[in-house]
Formats: sequence, C-alpha cells, structure tokens
Amino acid sequence: MAETKEFDARPWYLLAPSLLAIFALVVVPMSFILVYSFYENVDLAVDRVAFQFGNWQELLTDGYYRTAIWKTLRLSVIVTVLAAVLGYIPAYFIAMTKFRHKWLLLLLLILPFWVSFIIRTLSWIHIMGNQGVINGLLMWLGLTDEPIKMMYNEFAVIVGFIHVFLPYMILNIYVSLEGIDQNLEPAARTLGATPWQAYREVTLPLSLPGLAAGCLLVFVLTGGSYVTPLILGGPGDFLYGNLIYDAVVVELNWPMGATLSFTLLVLLGLVVTLYSRLMGMNQLTKAFSQ
Amino acid sequence: MRVWNFLKLYTALVYFFMFAPIVAVLLLAFNSSQFGGFPIEGFSLRWFYKLWENEAIVRAFQTSMLLGAMTAVISTTIGILASLALVRYQFRGKNFITTVLISPVLVPETVLAVGVLIFLRWLSMPRSFLLLLVGHSIIALPFVVLVVQARLTGIKKEYEEAARSLGASPVQTFFQVTLPLLMPAVFAGALFAFTISFDNITATIFWRPSGMETVPTQIFGMLRNSVSPEINALGFVMIVITVGVPLLAGGLARYFSRKKV
Repeated sequence: MAETKEFDARPWYLLAPSLLAIFALVVVPMSFILVYSFYENVDLAVDRVAFQFGNWQELLTDGYYRTAIWKTLRLSVIVTVLAAVLGYIPAYFIAMTKFRHKWLLLLLLILPFWVSFIIRTLSWIHIMGNQGVINGLLMWLGLTDEPIKMMYNEFAVIVGFIHVFLPYMILNIYVSLEGIDQNLEPAARTLGATPWQAYREVTLPLSLPGLAAGCLLVFVLTGGSYVTPLILGGPGDFLYGNLIYDAVVVELNWPMGATLSFTLLVLLGLVVTLYSRLMGMNQLTKAFSQ
Repeated sequence: MRVWNFLKLYTALVYFFMFAPIVAVLLLAFNSSQFGGFPIEGFSLRWFYKLWENEAIVRAFQTSMLLGAMTAVISTTIGILASLALVRYQFRGKNFITTVLISPVLVPETVLAVGVLIFLRWLSMPRSFLLLLVGHSIIALPFVVLVVQARLTGIKKEYEEAARSLGASPVQTFFQVTLPLLMPAVFAGALFAFTISFDNITATIFWRPSGMETVPTQIFGMLRNSVSPEINALGFVMIVITVGVPLLAGGLARYFSRKKV
C-alpha cells in the first residue's frame, strides 16, 4: 500500500459536515460581531454600514458599562469560590467512600444536568419567596410575623447560580480525585505523615487540576449568563449579558449589541486562554465524557 | 472517624441543597391551592388538566419536542462522523481540530446567539424554526462528540479490521460492526442532544421567530407575574421527560444486557 504515506482524505470527509457547520455558525458569526461593532446605529433596528468607533467609545466612556463589567466579575468570582467551597468536600467524599451504592451518589450528581435549567432556577422562589418554605417555617415557628424578603436581590441570584453550576464543579473535582492512585495516601501515612499532612501534601495537589477545571467552567458560565438575574434578581441585579440582551432584544441596537458581545467574548476568551496555557484542555473534556 | 462523619454530613447537606428545590416543584405540581407556592392545601391533578387545555403551552411543547428530536438526529449524525475521524485516523492538526469541534461550548452562548443573529441579518434572512434547529445542533455537537469519542476509544479496532479482512467494505463494516457496538453511545449522545435542546433558553430567546415559543421560553414569559401552579405542573412534566426517559432507558439497557449474559 503505497498510498498510506500520501495525504489521506478520508478523515476530512468525515469531519467536513461538523467543521462546515462550525465555520458557518461559529467562526463567521464571530467575525460579523467584530465588523458590526463599527457600524452605526441610526434608529430602532436601523443601522448604517460604517467604520467608526462610536460604539467602542461609548463602551469605554460610559460608566454604566464599566459598572456592569465590574459587577459581572465580582459575582462570577463569588459564585466560583462558593461553588468550590461547597463542592470540594462532596467530591472528596464520593471519591473516597467505600459505600456500596456509590453509583447512586454519582447518578444523583448527574441528575441535575437533566433537570431543566429554568425549573431549577425558579424553584428557589418556592424556597426563599414570601410563600416559600423558609418563610413558612419561620412564621409557623413564630419567629417572625411577616415574611422576610429574601428574593429578587443579589443573594438570590448567587444562590440560583450556585445551585445550577455546582454539579459541574463537583463532577470535575471528583474526576481528578478518582484518578489518584489509592495507595499514595496510605504510603504517605506509613512514612509518618498525619492524615491531614497526607491529604495536604499528596491528595490536595493532585486534585487541583479538577478544581481548576471546575472553577473555569463555573466562572465562564456565570460570566456569560443573563437569564438567572432576570428570574431571581431585582432591577439592580444585572450582568454584562443582560446589557447584551437589552441592546439586542429590547433596544434593537445591533451595533451596540455586537460591540458588547465582542467584548464579552474577548474577556471570557482571555480567561479560557489563560487556563488552557496553564492546564491544557484535557481535564475539561475528561469530566464531560464521564 | 469524626472527620469522616463531618464529611458525610457535609455531603448530605450539599445534596439536600441540590435537590430540595426540585422536590418542592414536584410536590407543588399536585397542590390543589390556586396559588403556586406553599402551603400545600390538598392533592389535585387539576393543574395537569389546565396544562392540557392551555393551547399556548401545548403548542410550545410540540415545538420543543420536535426541535429536540431533530436536533438529536442532526448533531448525533455529524458528531459520530467527526468522532470516527478523530479516533480511527491519524492526521496532522488533530488537537487543533478537537478544539475547533468543542469550540461552540467555549464561546459564551449569549455571544454565539448574537453572532448568528447578526450573520442572519446580514443575509437578510428572517428568524425561523430552521435557525433554532441548526443553532441547537451546533450547541449540542461538542457534547455528542465527547460522549461518542469516549465510547469509540473503547471499541477495539481489531473488530473492524477482522471484518475488513473477511471482505466487508468500509461502509458495511461501519453499519454491521462499528455502529452496533457504538449504539449505547449513539443513544447517550442523542439523549444528551435532545435534553440540551429541550432545555435551552439562553440562545433560544434570541433565535425564536416572534410568536414561536419553546417550553422554556413559554415558562420564562409566564414568570413575569409569579410562579403559577401551571408552571409547577409543567415543571413536573419536563422533569419526568428529561430525567425519567434517560433513567428508564439506562435501566432497561442494564436489564437486557444482564439477561444476555
């Protein structure tokens, strides 16, 4: 078979449909966002082909946009840190337990992925709303006469985000913990380490790639969303994504929507690039192919 | 041991945090009260009847089911082809191609939605069901590729080589050897794609033509005032579909594979 050394076109035939689709629906649209950001918005849904920096100037000078970037960064960091704190111990427990029905714990971890995002988000109204479980319990116990307002503020948005993204975090940490050689910690113990030392110097460092992957996912997913604040937040709780939503869906200002989108793409893209430089992309794909 | 008990309790509490709100929706779907929240006043199926009678919801439901099914077919088909290329062939730039294939996940969905919309606008094409279909397919594609790829790596190349050496054509080999072995992954990928489409709201809000609603956008629209009991019932139905069907399929698959052995 002399042919084998030559160019083999077969994999490219197989890849062609996917690559074409991605080219048409991801690559081309991303370039269009950049081009449109230089267009000029004339009126509602009317824009003019132009090459001007008006949108970019507005973005850089209007404090409103800076506030949104700051708010988004702050909220994404809070959600990521809390998700890591909440998620690490369960991931560790599932990885280390000798419980016979460990598969059940794992199944329960995957189940939330199958439950509708919007249902999971609005379900918090039943927990924290005026007619929610917590207020009902407090009033029944006589601790308060009137419902305490817990909904439609930043706290509710944070809780909603954590609830939706926590399984990503736990799954990623679990995958890296599960991959650790089970003999390492006992080995450290026989060499005289205390349980805490053995954990801190052996298991913890080996679990960091999973933790980093989980943090990246939660950070990027939070930073790009806009629906959760609309459902659980008050009027002042908006993320950068909400500005895009407002510009495109409400104001029909396409050039501004494009400018905002491109900025979000670059900002979150920087985070992803930084991560892949440091960690590579393998850890991320591991958790998804579970 | 005290530490271990602490870990156990912590894990239990986190699981409680994850599931309590979902259980609340499931319970409230059967609440006879005319309000969507607590307290539960009695058992009733009336909100399911109301759902059935609500034309807008039924229409949204049909749209979502059709969209999800077609998305599953498209993204699974092109995803399997791409996975075959990645696992079965050696070629230059494979890592790069893999990154390209998962790129739809790396782009924030909001940005992807706006980009596609602007491209469409440049083409002077109106938003349509077709846009939702191709859009959902591209969002689901990376997940299908990852699932199928993982499974395909586990299927020994020798089976295919044996079939080939016995005179089967590549196409015959694919349909009679590879595909049957790959079936669990095909189903898993297709179910995944269906769920992703059925659940999508972020991009769908941007892409849907005016007047067309999917179940999530319909719920989103109904939420403006408060959570109505109908939403709880709808939530129950959605959970039964997106959780119940995969669980049942997985359970059946296990049952039959055990029977065979």
